[in-house]
Amino acid sequence: MIRVAVQPAAIDIAAELDLHDAGGHGASASFIGRVRGDGDLTELFLDHHPAMTTAGLADLAHAAADRWHLSALTLIHRVGAMAPGETIVFILASSPHRAEALAACEFLIDRLKTDVMLWKRETFADGRVQWVEPREGDEARAEKWSR
Amino acid sequence: MILEIAYFAWVRDRMGVADETVDLPANVTHVGALVAWLAARDGRGQVAFAEPQRIRAAIDGVMMGHDAPLAGAREVALFPPVTGG
Repeated sequence: MIRVAVQPAAIDIAAELDLHDAGGHGASASFIGRVRGDGDLTELFLDHHPAMTTAGLADLAHAAADRWHLSALTLIHRVGAMAPGETIVFILASSPHRAEALAACEFLIDRLKTDVMLWKRETFADGRVQWVEPREGDEARAEKWSR
Repeated sequence: MILEIAYFAWVRDRMGVADETVDLPANVTHVGALVAWLAARDGRGQVAFAEPQRIRAAIDGVMMGHDAPLAGAREVALFPPVTGG
């Protein structure tokens, strides 16, 4: 099972875990990315491309499934407006073996940050609005998977 | 050549529109030339494309470099480096 979604609605993590629990997989590894409330941030908005964002996530999911022995994989990214503490991204990789589930999870979050058409915009309590700049470290982390 | 252009994130904010249809001059043959043409066209383009090295592009849904040819393209997306995750 490969499940990919780009959605404005909140991610129901319990329901997503249930889908993997039902499969009797040996190991499941997850990553949950949340909105940080740094510097009086009041809203995080995620801009996306109507077709290419989903296609980009699907490409990554299939790349992970080609590289590791995965029995189930879920990759969900929220778009639109979010408040501090809300989940932005959820990755769940299941495999007969923990090492493959953990590696796939790390690969997916590293590559997602550089390969998929998503852009963060921050709004602060004092009214400031700014688009987030990419971090240099993100590029290096994504690059290591192509070696 | 008639081309659809879609803008995202701060490129869209600076252009003031999400997308537009343009009639390209014959000498605008690749992505880099399109970015330069938009920068020279008006004040908004000048601001949005002041730093061409910060602009990424996709042609008909496929990520492409600035040297990619526009021949046969239907839609070009122009956007900043991505920041999801």
